[in-house]
Formats: sequence, structure tokens, C-alpha cells
Amino acid sequence: MREPIYLREPIYIKSSAAVGGKREGMTSLKTGFDLIDKTDLFSMPSFERAEGEMARLAVNIALKKCGVSHEELSFIVSGDLQNQCVASSAGLFSFGAGYIGLYGACSTFTEGLIVGSSLLSLGRGLCAVATSSHNCTAERQFRAPLEYGGQRSPSSQWTATASGAVILTRDKCDVMISALMPGKIVDGYTKDKTNMGAAMALSAYDTVRTFFEWESPDEYDLILTGDLGKIGTSLLYELISENMGSRAEKIISLHRDCGNLLYEGMSDMHAGASGCGCSASVFVLDALPRLKSGEIRKMLLMSTGALMSAGSVNQGEHIFGITPLVKIELSR
Amino acid sequence: MENSKTYKERIKRHTPKTNLKKTLPTAFLTGGALCALGELMAGAVRKMGVERADAYLTVTVTVIFIASLLTALGMFDKLAKYAGAGLSVPVSGFANSVTSSALDTRREGLVLGLGAGVFTVAGPVILYAVLSGTLFGIIYYILKMLGVA
Amino acid sequence: MNILFSFLIGGAICAMCQMLIDLTALTPARILVALVCVGVLTYAVGIYEPLFSEAGCGVSLPLLGFGASVAKGVREAVDASGILGILKGPFTAGSVGCTAALVFAYVFSLIFKSKSKVA
Repeated sequence: MREPIYLREPIYIKSSAAVGGKREGMTSLKTGFDLIDKTDLFSMPSFERAEGEMARLAVNIALKKCGVSHEELSFIVSGDLQNQCVASSAGLFSFGAGYIGLYGACSTFTEGLIVGSSLLSLGRGLCAVATSSHNCTAERQFRAPLEYGGQRSPSSQWTATASGAVILTRDKCDVMISALMPGKIVDGYTKDKTNMGAAMALSAYDTVRTFFEWESPDEYDLILTGDLGKIGTSLLYELISENMGSRAEKIISLHRDCGNLLYEGMSDMHAGASGCGCSASVFVLDALPRLKSGEIRKMLLMSTGALMSAGSVNQGEHIFGITPLVKIELSR
Repeated sequence: MENSKTYKERIKRHTPKTNLKKTLPTAFLTGGALCALGELMAGAVRKMGVERADAYLTVTVTVIFIASLLTALGMFDKLAKYAGAGLSVPVSGFANSVTSSALDTRREGLVLGLGAGVFTVAGPVILYAVLSGTLFGIIYYILKMLGVA
Repeated sequence: MNILFSFLIGGAICAMCQMLIDLTALTPARILVALVCVGVLTYAVGIYEPLFSEAGCGVSLPLLGFGASVAKGVREAVDASGILGILKGPFTAGSVGCTAALVFAYVFSLIFKSKSKVA
């Protein structure tokens, strides 16, 4: 039975950082980014290399912020959107710390927090969790060549060029991870790779429903899902209101979605943002500061992922959704 | 839990449709304008003493050249975003597909990267042109033997 | 007159394809393939040539023209060399557009790079 796993001892978020590309530098969150590169290349020869470089930069800045040297870092948990997760391995090889590469599509950041905090709870040390995604590499890999002239479908989401990183520790800090729940693979009943929100909404609903069989939404201040975007969000609301009775209204009122938040108010973004750099950077730039300031005390982070490859979709396979969850709260 | 049918219906209800009122007129106008300009140019080329068939081929090559160049300069996709099928259906769209995949695969090498990459969209188009052309050839040959064509 | 016909016919073909792209799951690449096959067909049944003489670029620029020139090449080759012409023909008259697209793509991709898609 899938149920929340409560950590015996909480794991704390010691520091964080986010970097982004040109479009991210035009968002309402732009002032929060630690670094914006308007070329989207981050001084690298290709967008593929830039994707990993963003993760390196984010981890580096997060380490600097808490005054920790590279040598003190025990291991890094990281992921990206490229085939075989190669951006992270290329970007992070210089650290000399342990490394675990993950693939959970856009859900990777929450997955990383689950792996990082549970491993850390077995021993001691410092762990970095970082994910990055790059619009240009994702377009090439999953959709069409960059210079291809086509019209984007109104249901499509824009892969964020961004990376977010957090440093985890067992030493007490302001914000802590107290519970986690791995996602379940849920059939999204769609083959449409331009409608990721629809492919993921059912899995987000599954995680919400499962989690609130164990806890009450009244204790929470924020439920932050990953990249459902406009369509995924409206599907999730419909599923919740039809099936969750009296708790539905409360849950919906607490809900926000990273895919809607990142490019909020920007034109031409269709159904919103996506990419595993999206929920990582929105968590770091929006949720974490509000936790630290005490504006919110308890939240759920549920990054959603669409599990597929360009080949699987061409072969007519369904896209699967996955939504892991971590419970994050103020420790003071 | 939700079953396949009800969820597919939900998706349909929540997914916005492309606004045909906007895309159709622009596709008609831009596609039509491109063809009219081509016609204008064909006329001019013929005045220079070029025969009819070659004049039209000159126009085709010119459109391919311009579309390919605009693609390489990073401008074609911005135009096609508005024009839609008006630019992607004429031979300009074919040139754009070929050039855009060439640009993206260049870094993977000149042979298996670029060499194979140019054919990701050109390949299917050429293959089906050749297949249907061959089929037409067989039918035409048989009809000719029978004295029909 | 030809210019007006070009505009109307060319525009109509593009609008029809736009509708197919928007209303069905057909991607632009599939539309291109379909148009080429339709081009061969229209030539085969004898409606391409009269259309072409009225509308010129209106039918030759949409990828119909490529299919029609492949078919034209096949026909001429069969007339000239019989059964072998079936295999000789496809790459003759249709070669211009293909070769141009491949050569320009090759040359430009040696000079230019794909750019980031943020306006």
C-alpha cells in the first residue's frame, strides 16, 4: 500500500539557488534568480552542454551561499531531460562528490528530494539535489528541430531553461523535509505529446487523494504541484471536486502549480511551463522564501512528470504520469 | 478510479482548440501571397527569354533558397508562427524542414549527423514521391501497352 | 489573370492544409508527404497540367508541384525508354527542388547554428 513515509528525523534544507535563461529572466520571478544568462548558452558550446552547466552553477551557488566547500559535499542527486540523463553527468563531473542520476521527467526534483533526504537519513553528510532542463534541447529531442517553422498547439507547454538546487543536511535549519511519498505510475490515457498537462493530471490526483487519506488538508498552507499547466490544473480540479467531497474546496484553495506560476502573465506561453528545471526553480524562488519568512508553515511539493520518449510516442504508446510528494515545513 | 473512456472525454473537454478563425485566413493570405509573388517572378523570368517550365523551376529554387536562408538566420520559424500552413505547405516549408534538421544535427558530425539529419523530413517526402511516381509509372506503362494511354 | 489565380488556388491549398493540421492529428511533415502523393495523382489523372497553365505557382509552389514533376519525369521516361523508364523517371524532373533544398541546407548548416527560441 502506498502511504506517506515519515522520516524518523527530519532532513533540513540548508541552502538553495536557481539559475535561468533569457525567458526566465523576463518572468515575475526574475529578481530571485541567482544567475540569468541571456544567451541561454551559459558559456558552453551547445545547448546540450548548457543544460548540465546550469545544474553545476546552481549547486555551486547554493554551496557558496552556505559557505560549504566542494570537498564537504557527500553526494549529488541530479537529473535532466536529455537522453540517458547525460546533461547532469557532463555538468556535475567536476565536483568529485558521489553522484546519483535520476530520470523522472519533470518530476525529477521531488524525486531527487526523496532520494537525497532518505539516503541522508541513513548516515551523515551533505547532499545536493539539483535538476535542470533546457528549452532548446527538449524541443530538439521531443518535438522538432529548433528552427522548424510550425505553430505550437494551444495545449503545449514551454520547457523552462532553468535549474534549481538545494543543499540538504541533518543539522537543524529553518526549513525541513518531514515526510515523503514516491509517485505511482499512472496511465495518462493520451498519446499527445503536446498535451503533457492532461497526461499528468490523473497521477497528480492519485497522489493528492492517497496522501489526504492520511492527513487533513486543514493543516496545510500550500499544495504546490509540478508542471500541470492550465489544462492539467483544470483537469485536476474537476477530478478533486467530483471525488473528494467536503475536502475538495480546501485542497483546491491551497493549490498552486509551478507550470502556471513561472511564466504567469506572459503571452504566447500557451498552457504554461514545464521541464524539471521549472518546479525546481519555482520551489526555490517562490515557496522556499515564503516558508523562511513564515508566510506559510507547511506545504506539499508534488512535481509531476510525463514518462515517455519520442520513440514510445511514435510507436503509439500512452504517456504515463508520475507524481511523487514531499512534505516540507518550517522547523521553528 | 477513472477509466480510459471517461478520462479521454475529460481531456477533450478541457483542451482548447486552435482558433481556426485566425489561422485559416492567415494561411490563405500568406500562402496565396507567396504564390502570387512567385507568379510575378515567373513572368519576369520568362520575359528574359527563359522557357515556361524552367521559369517556374527558377521560382521554386529561389523560394527554397530564401526559405533555407531565413531558417539558417533564425527568422523562418518566427514568420511561420503567424503564417502557419501558408509557409509550411509550399516548398518553403520543405526547405525549412530540411535546413532546420541539418542545423540541429551538424554538431553530431558531417556524415551520420548532418548527412542523415537532412533526410529526417526530406527522406519521407522523397520516398513517397518516388513510390507514388513508380506506381504511376507502372500503371502508365500497362495502359500504354494496352493502347489506352 | 494568372497572378490572381495563383493567389486564390495557392491560398486555398494552404488554407485546406491548415485546417487538416488544426483539426486532425496530422503533423506538417505528414501533410507534405500527402501533398506530394496528391501531386502525383493529380498529374496522373490529367488535372495538374490544366491547373498549372491557369494558376502557375499556385499549384507548383505548394508541394503538389514536386509530386507532379516526379510524375511528369516518369511519364517522359516511360515514353522514351519503355519499362526501364518507370525506374529512370522519378529522379529526373523532380530533382531540381530536392537537390536545391539539400545543397542549401548543407551549406547553410556549415555556416550558421540553431538559435535559442526566446524572442
